[in-house]
Amino acid sequence: MEWDAPSLVLSRRPYGEADVIVRLFYEEHGVLAGLVRGGASRKQSSLWLPGNLVASSWRARLPTQLGYVTGEPIQSIAGRLLDSPLALALLASEISIADGGLPEHEAQPVVFAELVRLVTAIGVFADAPPVALAVRWEASLLAALGYGLTLDRCAITGDRDDLVYVSPRTGRAVSRAGAGQWIDRLLPLPPFMISSEDDGTPSDWLQGLQLTGHFLARHLFGVRHLPLPEERERLVHLVRRLSEESYCQPGG
Amino acid sequence: MTLTAGGDIERLVRLLSRLPGMGPRSARRAALALLTQPQARLVPLAHAMEAAARNVRTCSVCGTLDSHDPCAICADPQRDHGLVCVVETVGDLWALERAVIHRGVYQVLGGTLSALSGRGPDDLNTRSLFERVRSGEVREVILALGATVEGATTAHWLHERLAPTGVAVTRVGHGVPIGGSLDVLDDGTLAAALSARRPA
Repeated sequence: MEWDAPSLVLSRRPYGEADVIVRLFYEEHGVLAGLVRGGASRKQSSLWLPGNLVASSWRARLPTQLGYVTGEPIQSIAGRLLDSPLALALLASEISIADGGLPEHEAQPVVFAELVRLVTAIGVFADAPPVALAVRWEASLLAALGYGLTLDRCAITGDRDDLVYVSPRTGRAVSRAGAGQWIDRLLPLPPFMISSEDDGTPSDWLQGLQLTGHFLARHLFGVRHLPLPEERERLVHLVRRLSEESYCQPGG
Repeated sequence: MTLTAGGDIERLVRLLSRLPGMGPRSARRAALALLTQPQARLVPLAHAMEAAARNVRTCSVCGTLDSHDPCAICADPQRDHGLVCVVETVGDLWALERAVIHRGVYQVLGGTLSALSGRGPDDLNTRSLFERVRSGEVREVILALGATVEGATTAHWLHERLAPTGVAVTRVGHGVPIGGSLDVLDDGTLAAALSARRPA
C-alpha cells in the first residue's frame, strides 16, 4: 500500500535515537501511524511538529501495519506560535483532541477539512486566536462521530428563539422558557454556537469549551476511561484567566 | 547475537549495544578495542564506571549530575547565583557549559510538559527553582527550552508561575542558525526569526 497525500501531524514520539513514530490524519484514509526514519534529526525535527500540514508518503505491505513515512512541508504552523501562549495552547488542544478522539483508518473528510481550516486560522491569527472556531470544530467532530448536538430548537417547547441552555444528557438545546426547574443542571449555550457571525467573548468561549468538553469527555474519552487531554485543560485554564481579566477591566 | 566467544564477552557486547549511539556492530568493535588492551583501556574504564556508579548523584539544588551535592556549579562562589538558566536535560546543561557562555547557575527540569509522555507539572524538577526564587537570591530566570510545542508550552507555564514573584523571565532566541542560509529554513523558523528581529 502506498499513499501520497497531504496530512496533518497529530503526534510524534521518539523511536530509538534518530527515528520517530508519527500519527498522521489523512483526508481519505483517516488517522494512520508511521515510522519516520531520521525523524528526530536536526533536518527533519521541525517538520514533524504536531499541527503541521505535510505532503507525506505512507508505505506498508498491509493497511493495518505501521507504515514507513516520508514527507515535505506544506504549512508549518507550530513554529509560528511558540511566542503566543493562547494560540499555542489552542493548537495543542485541538490537535490532541483529534489525536485522542478520532478512530484509526476511518476517513473523515469533513473533519479533516475543518481541522486544516482551523489550524490555518490559528497560524494566521496568532494574536487573536480563533477560539470560537475551535469550539465549533469540536462540535462538528462530535457530530461526525455520531454524537452531534441539536442546537436548532428547544427540546422542551420546540421554540427556535432564546436558546440559552443545552441538556447535558441529550445534547439538545433548551430555551430560557423551557428550562424551568432544571435550570441548575443545564449547560449554558453561548450565542456563537448558534450564529457563525458571532465570535463571542472570552466568557462565551469558556462556556463553549465547557459545553463541548462535557460531551467530548463523555462520548469520546470517557468511554475509554481516559480524561480529556492535559493540553485542553491548559486551554480552558488560559481562557478562564482571559475571561476573568476581561471581566475585571472597566467596561468588561 | 551470534558470537564465537565466551559468555562474558557476549554479555559485555550486549550491555554496550544498549548505549545511545551504539548498535550490535559498534558494540562488538568497542568490546574488541577494550579487550585487546585490558590494562590500558578496560580496567581504567571499569574503575571509572564503578566510581561513577558509587559517587555520581543528582544535585539537590539544580538537578544535574555530579559527584558532589551541591554540584560544582552550584557550589562555585564565582558563579552568578542570581541568574538561573532553565534547561530540559543534563545534556543541554553540558552543551551550554561547553560553549562557556553562561556564567550563572542552572535548573534541570528533567523533561518538558507532555501529555503523550505522561509528564505533568508535578513530574518536572521545579520545586528547588521556586524555592530559590522565593528566597530572593534570583533576579533573572532564562528559559532555554527546546523550540517545540512541548518546550514552548513548558516555557509559558513556567513564565505564568514565575510572573507573580516579580523575577525577570527571559527566553533564548529562535531563528537563523549561525552558518545557515535562509533558503533552507522551514517557514516556522523563518517566522520566528522575523518576529524576533532587532535593530541592526
